[in-house]
Amino acid sequence: MANMSLQKTPMPEQKPEVRAHNFQEVTTGYTEEMAINEALRCLNCKNMPCVAGCPVNVHIPEFISLVKEGNFEGAYQVINRSSSLPAVCGRVCPQETQCESKCVRGIKGEPVGIGRLERFVADWHNMHSSETPKTAPSNGHRVAVVGSGPSGLTCAGDLAKAGFKVTVFEALHTAGGVLVYGIPEFRLPKAIVQQEVDNLKAMGVDIETNMIIGKTLTIDDLFEQGYEAVFIGSGAGLPNFMGIPGESLKGVYSANEFLTRSNLMKAYRDNPVTPIMKGGNVAVVGGGNVAMDAARTALRLGAENVYIVYRRSMEELPARREEVEHAMEEGIQFMLLNNPVEILGYNNPDDKRDPRNGTVTGMRCIRMELGEPDERGRRRPVPVEGNEFVLDVDTVVMSIGTSPNPLIKSTTTGLDVNKRGGIIVEEGTGATTRDCVYAGGDAVTGAATVISAMGAGKIAAKAIAERLGEIKS
Amino acid sequence: MYDIVNKVSLNPTVTMMDIHAPYVAAKAEPGQFIILRVDEDGERIPLTIAGYDRVAGTVRIIFQIVGATTEKLNHKNVGDSLQDFAGPLGVATELEGLKNVCIVGGGVGCAIALPIAQKLHDMGVKVTSVVGFRSKDLLILEDEFKAASDEFYVMTDDGSYGRQGNVCVPLTEMFEAGRTFDRIITIGPLIMMKFVVMTAKPTGIPCTVSMNPIMIDGTGMCGGCRLTLNVDGQRVTKFACVDGPDFDGYQVDFDEAMSRGTMYRDFERHAYEEACNLFNKEAN
Repeated sequence: MANMSLQKTPMPEQKPEVRAHNFQEVTTGYTEEMAINEALRCLNCKNMPCVAGCPVNVHIPEFISLVKEGNFEGAYQVINRSSSLPAVCGRVCPQETQCESKCVRGIKGEPVGIGRLERFVADWHNMHSSETPKTAPSNGHRVAVVGSGPSGLTCAGDLAKAGFKVTVFEALHTAGGVLVYGIPEFRLPKAIVQQEVDNLKAMGVDIETNMIIGKTLTIDDLFEQGYEAVFIGSGAGLPNFMGIPGESLKGVYSANEFLTRSNLMKAYRDNPVTPIMKGGNVAVVGGGNVAMDAARTALRLGAENVYIVYRRSMEELPARREEVEHAMEEGIQFMLLNNPVEILGYNNPDDKRDPRNGTVTGMRCIRMELGEPDERGRRRPVPVEGNEFVLDVDTVVMSIGTSPNPLIKSTTTGLDVNKRGGIIVEEGTGATTRDCVYAGGDAVTGAATVISAMGAGKIAAKAIAERLGEIKS
Repeated sequence: MYDIVNKVSLNPTVTMMDIHAPYVAAKAEPGQFIILRVDEDGERIPLTIAGYDRVAGTVRIIFQIVGATTEKLNHKNVGDSLQDFAGPLGVATELEGLKNVCIVGGGVGCAIALPIAQKLHDMGVKVTSVVGFRSKDLLILEDEFKAASDEFYVMTDDGSYGRQGNVCVPLTEMFEAGRTFDRIITIGPLIMMKFVVMTAKPTGIPCTVSMNPIMIDGTGMCGGCRLTLNVDGQRVTKFACVDGPDFDGYQVDFDEAMSRGTMYRDFERHAYEEACNLFNKEAN
């Protein structure tokens, strides 16, 4: 019998005052009863609008129907046909702008909690089943995947399922890319990512860490080694800074550095080998999901006050609503319509060797107001002249985006990039300007979402399979 | 895992190791660096490549024991292996077209300067080397340097070997005698490189410095290794890992680089002491 509740079955979560001091997951996941109860809200629409809203076209009503019956493993197998990383997607996809935004139940009331159900199904599988995902018999073709983030893992997974021999090359010492160095434990536990990587390995995918493509090996080297196609999913690259005075002071980080220290290098576990600024007041500059992750990480590392400093208003703030709400509940202070103009540092005029010299003491900001819309229709923030103030902070985290990494482009001939440095690809295939080289994810688009990177990896996998099929015949 | 195939103690605080890492050895060039982790959960540290053997597939590193990680590294022996060893990273030192070069090395920086001197020497370039150490006990690679140099000067701060004084002393004398070079390449402590650059400045001889800031990934992702260049009156941010580690010495803001280098000094000292205590306990 259908569940006609207008609200989603509530997601159990740690209380804000508790979770603000630990790195365990914020939300703890549905029980079997909760999952079945939520699945019963799905109307199993014939035209499946939700599927069209999913970048990797998970067969949503089909998996939810199996959840209703309590056939959780069956539901997993349905999702796994389309998505190689369901436990990840169920946690970090912006479902509210994708599948759930198309849900008929959302017209009156809340949409079906598709993301929550996906997470439940994936976690259930990981806890109860050790079944290796099915792969087609080997077709003998070898494909190299550069980068083990969401686009690379998806591309590798789809190709492995289709019978290709795939090797993933990862520059860092651990596979997972942004899922490991960027997204914090409390949103996406490392063990979940590791499990997804292990699933790929079980499907015959080789993962080579410490391989910096563009340096250790070039794209040409990969072809020489016998790989017949290459997918580049090398990620976003170099962090941007604002270009204001004081950004080189001790205590100023890029979000990438701050999060990498905490996540990949495990400063969050009080690992004695990785230092990170803890305590005091922290300002995070920017309003994206990465800024939210940095702010909430700073809080958990022991900061007294954490500020989000964003130059537009809440309406324009690009982070997911859920993340913003969680951050607010935890006590992150949003200083909207403010923009930093200078970071101030300590300087002892009497002692040049004072160790505090060069450390951050504050950040001078200017208040902003919204002016005329820009070419993208977003109202342009303009400074209110003379309206400046100093924010008392010890640490500043710049979270204002990234620029593409030049390592691959600079060592690969025939690979065209756009004026922002993103690799140019054909829409619908991910083909670059070089034959048998494909690309996707942030290396193409600049900083975007996990699921859009996965979508790009999926499209490229299909195109690679078709292309190598052509060559063979 | 990456096997340690050779280990030599060059002096009480400096150790040389050859690491089996064929992919890195195949591509390595003087001036580039690697990132290593000694063990699982270890820190990632950058070390400039001190040599390589493409046939044997080994890469040479020479490191000074200055902190917890280098202490742990020094406790590894032939037959042990390192958890991670990635590279080569950074841009190789530009040596094309040079005819007459002065290499100025300080302390463990000499280990990185040596392969550059050797490569220049092999190219038929006239190499004048000036190396400086605090004292005789800390002297390293003297014979190797001599063999790669047309002229060779050793300085020690305390006068226990060679001449007393810092590396700027012979440099100043050479400039006063009207000597000139196509380029000066200096590698060593920041304070030394700063003074070499100041000494060279009136001559206008191009001066390359090798920067070795705190890094994490080494691939351009974190921005922790950033430094500031003064280019035509503009302050420009560069990342040592992808834009360097070599930079035009006249452009580098050394004071800022020195300040950033002290960011975690207390933490590092504490970690070093803990590592030493641990090894002392094991020994007892």
